[in-house]
Amino acid sequence: MSPPPSESAASTIGGHSESGPAANVSFDAELARAGANVNSRWGMALFLAKRYPLGGVGLAIVTLFILVAVFAPLITGHDPLATNPSISLAKPAAAHLMGTDFMGRDLFSRVIYGARTSLAVAFGATLLGVVFGVLIGLASGYLGGWVDLTTQRVIDMLQALPTLILAMAMAAALGPSLTNTIIAIAIPKLPSIARVIRASTLSLREMPFVEAARAMGMSEMRIALRHILPNTLAPLIVLATAGLGSAILVEASLSFLGLGVPEPHPSWGRMLSESAAEYVRTAPWLVIFPGLAITFAVFGTNLLGDALRDILDPRQRTSN
Amino acid sequence: MEKVAEKVSADTPATAKTVLEVEGLKTYFFVRQGVVKAVDDISFSLKAGEKLAIVGESGCGKSMTALSILRLVPDPPGRIVAGSIKLDGKDLLKLSDAEMRKIRGNQISMIFQEPMTSLNPVWSIGNQISEAVMLHQNVSRHEAFDKAVEMLKLVKIPEPSRRAREYPHQLSGGMRQRAMTAMALACNPHVLLADEPTTALDVTIQAQILDLILELQERLGTAVVLITHDLGVVAETAKRVIVMYGGKIVEEAAVEDLFENPLHPYTQGLLAAVPHLAALSTQAGEAASRNRLKEIPGIVPALVNLPKGCVFAPRCPHASDVCRNEYPPYEMKQPGHGVACWHAGKLAGGAHA
Amino acid sequence: MGAYLVRRTVLFFVTVLGVSILIFGLMRIVPGNIADILFESSGFIDQVQKAKIEAELGLDKPLLQQYLSWIGGLAKGDFGFSYMSERPATAEILARLPVTLKLGGLTLFFTVLFGIPLGVWSAVKQNGFVDNTLRVVTLSALSLPSFWCGLLVLMFAVHVFGTIPIYSNEPRGVWQELALLSIPALVVGFRSSALIVRLTRSSMLEVMRQDYIRTARAKGASESSINYHHALKNAILPIITLLGIEASHLLGGLVVIETVFNIPGLGRYLVEAIRWRDYPIVQNLVLFSAFAVVITNFIVDMLYAVIDPRIKYSD
Repeated sequence: MSPPPSESAASTIGGHSESGPAANVSFDAELARAGANVNSRWGMALFLAKRYPLGGVGLAIVTLFILVAVFAPLITGHDPLATNPSISLAKPAAAHLMGTDFMGRDLFSRVIYGARTSLAVAFGATLLGVVFGVLIGLASGYLGGWVDLTTQRVIDMLQALPTLILAMAMAAALGPSLTNTIIAIAIPKLPSIARVIRASTLSLREMPFVEAARAMGMSEMRIALRHILPNTLAPLIVLATAGLGSAILVEASLSFLGLGVPEPHPSWGRMLSESAAEYVRTAPWLVIFPGLAITFAVFGTNLLGDALRDILDPRQRTSN
Repeated sequence: MEKVAEKVSADTPATAKTVLEVEGLKTYFFVRQGVVKAVDDISFSLKAGEKLAIVGESGCGKSMTALSILRLVPDPPGRIVAGSIKLDGKDLLKLSDAEMRKIRGNQISMIFQEPMTSLNPVWSIGNQISEAVMLHQNVSRHEAFDKAVEMLKLVKIPEPSRRAREYPHQLSGGMRQRAMTAMALACNPHVLLADEPTTALDVTIQAQILDLILELQERLGTAVVLITHDLGVVAETAKRVIVMYGGKIVEEAAVEDLFENPLHPYTQGLLAAVPHLAALSTQAGEAASRNRLKEIPGIVPALVNLPKGCVFAPRCPHASDVCRNEYPPYEMKQPGHGVACWHAGKLAGGAHA
Repeated sequence: MGAYLVRRTVLFFVTVLGVSILIFGLMRIVPGNIADILFESSGFIDQVQKAKIEAELGLDKPLLQQYLSWIGGLAKGDFGFSYMSERPATAEILARLPVTLKLGGLTLFFTVLFGIPLGVWSAVKQNGFVDNTLRVVTLSALSLPSFWCGLLVLMFAVHVFGTIPIYSNEPRGVWQELALLSIPALVVGFRSSALIVRLTRSSMLEVMRQDYIRTARAKGASESSINYHHALKNAILPIITLLGIEASHLLGGLVVIETVFNIPGLGRYLVEAIRWRDYPIVQNLVLFSAFAVVITNFIVDMLYAVIDPRIKYSD
């Protein structure tokens, strides 16, 4: 084969980045080759947004939802919890943009405040999952021996249960509260994160730079945190972003089944369960708007997650 | 462009029929950085049963020439933009996809460089060979498999009927290349394109595979285009050589002629860089004894937006202003010996100086 | 192979045992038991009555004893009794198993039916119109909560047909049942097919870059033969893994969709059982689900060896 040289140059660079956890090193090189100003954060962001327009859209959607959650009181004048039986099941109109539910609560403000609940659970569960997943994965991969063996069996066990079933059992056991929902959603996330971290730790442990650090007398703890953890960052970011969307979905499902976030927190999923079958006939707005909010939020995180995966993990690139 | 067909071929009688005639072939790659002229205006012809070698460093366009003949250039980004490829007088570039598929593996077949990756890992060897047979001959699955076993026997694989049921990973590299050869020759093609068939193999196996290919091509009367970067291989096998550089043919001659009297500075450089050939050629031999192996300074140019002038000029010890400004015409310096170099005449006698 | 099977079997039992302890533990942490729920719903708590019920159900015994009697029963094929209906758990579960199996089977059928060909198509037309459209459709599918999608389907049915296609009565005949189950199966299958489309696409693209695909072309193979015979057989391994995961995790998706479409299957039953603290039902269903996952994983690994001659299980 004699591909044109520019192509072969591209494939060599790609080849380097495929050689495992050191992907971030050649990532910069690849960017620079493609003409990005890697020295400036803004230059890089601008370049990435241009190269991955869908990722840019995803980022915009996620940002929008975060802003909505933060500035909820400024966006809507209505109290999401205030009931008013006289306007029960009002149709969408100027006063109530998305109508009202059977208790006469303003649906628009409930959807807006619902972003708080949804994002709190999504980010909380992801953060919790990442922190403990990383600790478990590092310990398992780095310490080895019986720690590894036990962890692997526990992970097998957790992975033997469908995500939603495990989350349901957890949520039921812990009882209904915002914090418990976060924990219940975080636990099914642990296995995949721990597995990825363990795998890269195992391969990194044998890398020359780790050997070098050890030879220089660096403590094992320090090696794990200073050298191994940063190198597992790329797959971690990919997993975490992909996990955001699924966390929103699991929260919605749990709340829909009545096992999620309890009152008074407005939750998109619970809004749908309250309105489920009967309102399909009588008050479709109660079904449409909360569902749209969930879909839109998850769509945004999925777009962002896809782009991040393309950027950080060339092996799984969906488009070229 | 010169009349290729008129060239006197060194090894085949002038009466032999021309099977393959490539004229003015241009295969370009359209990439973000620009246009890569991987194959740029190539013309040559091949007679029945002839052994032709195309040599050049990697990236010179020799493999793309072969892939172009089979119309297997990855598209996008590559495309054949001009020229004709005539097989028995029929222009392949004018055929429909379905007609072209009847040619591939049947009248023209190809052996690839990497026997490890070029065989499908989840299909048995026998099935891969018999597929080629079934695609082009009206035979049953059973008959095709028998033919596959027969081919494996022909390429001297021991226990062919057992091996036919095995998968590529169960075979050694040499065996895989034998199987590849069996697959390529299963339908008795007129033309065999062998793209670096021995590069990925152990040195000891290389000679065996080359001998096998030559033996079979003689027995079956197949014309062979051997693509290689290894002048040693050329010396052992081919009768006529085309030297490519930067997507163009820079020199073409009979093997002995080329080795004794290389006209293009690039060919001279290539010859000087080959250890055991250096001893063959007295001129280069002196050079070799003086300063051991010569290497050609510089690297193969990136074929994106080439400058005007001779592509080799930046690496050429004899480059002058005219070289840097205008691409030299391809001219017949002696019967059957063509070259594209402004200084070919001057250098002919004094390449060693 | 023998040693491998032994190792797999040991791991299998370790995993299932672990799950049994986990779910037993979780159920005992759950605030309140069935007695509490019963009395809460009637508005007062009669301690004597409550204690009597607890004693009857064995809830007053030490946890270890409760656990051992559950597992001991399982070993003898005794799954215990449902606290809600007081019928044998086996009978309750078996009564709901067929509809869930049919629903799950249909879902997987749709997943494969749409997922793989569309994925191949997407890969073949890389970056073309079809590919870009499918990219947006699949990404949307992955963003839709299946219960909402189900509700939208119901809403659509109400507006167009004036009726809701839910499983209100026992369906008459195979075809009516098939039609009724196809709708929820398509809703759940939408998401899993989207996953399969995406994976098939990337896996195919990876394979189509390989040298042996070029060899197949050089042989004169047709594009469809290249796509489906040469490429797909190599690209299928990760797809099978994902299908295995989807199949074994199907119960999670069915829990929600059975609730929306009012289908009397195991998924909805599990939700009810959790709500009522019906320990034997929850424990057995969850264990059953874990069992399905582990068995599916094993089947997937075996399929690997069948499809890819390079994979051999030793040690």
